[in-house]
Amino acid sequence: MARLLGIDIPNDKKIEYSLPYVYGIGLPLSRKILASTSIDPNIRAGQLTDDQLAQLVQAIQAMKIITEGDLRREQQQHMKRLLGINCYRAQRHRRGLPVRGQRTKTNSRTRKGGRKTVGIQRNPGAKKGKV
Amino acid sequence: MPRSLKKGPYVHQKLLAKVDALNDAKLKRPVKTWSRASMITPDLVGHTFLVHNGKDFVSVYATENMVGHRLGEFATTRVFKAHGAHTAKATK
Repeated sequence: MARLLGIDIPNDKKIEYSLPYVYGIGLPLSRKILASTSIDPNIRAGQLTDDQLAQLVQAIQAMKIITEGDLRREQQQHMKRLLGINCYRAQRHRRGLPVRGQRTKTNSRTRKGGRKTVGIQRNPGAKKGKV
Repeated sequence: MPRSLKKGPYVHQKLLAKVDALNDAKLKRPVKTWSRASMITPDLVGHTFLVHNGKDFVSVYATENMVGHRLGEFATTRVFKAHGAHTAKATK
């Protein structure tokens, strides 16, 4: 298991597909990083020498890519700003509903989480005629 | 697609004129407006707006953080009804 940027441990996949295990790096960015170094994208992550690993870290830092904790913190800050001003987007975040105008009649399961069946909830006073 | 930079942010002309007048007079008075699409620019910061939501006017105090957002984002047009809204628990 190779260690990169402190905590991340990509496995014995090709380095091209192993880099995206770092939070903040996807496949396109991974390819871009590898292209900027002279590392063959097809070698396994475990077979990289310490030199090559250092080269990768350097490339990531040189490209000013924000990863892992820093990225999560940045996202939290953005959300905090929205919540602070209480705009429509903030309300959607608070309710755990899609923020960008997607439909909620169906789908949106990523935001809403697993399906929860809501049974009928009656007003106990309804039958007695006092609502 | 975002608005062309050439045009600058959209603020309803009459609204802007009213705020400018208030700024010149160094006054702070709520400005009633239907212009939900108007963007909050630095000029509008510190003013209170009564933004129409289709029924009432919602009071919105523009702060620095709101710059770049539109007035309508702070005055919801819908009432959020969760399931069970008609039960005693919810109507309390």
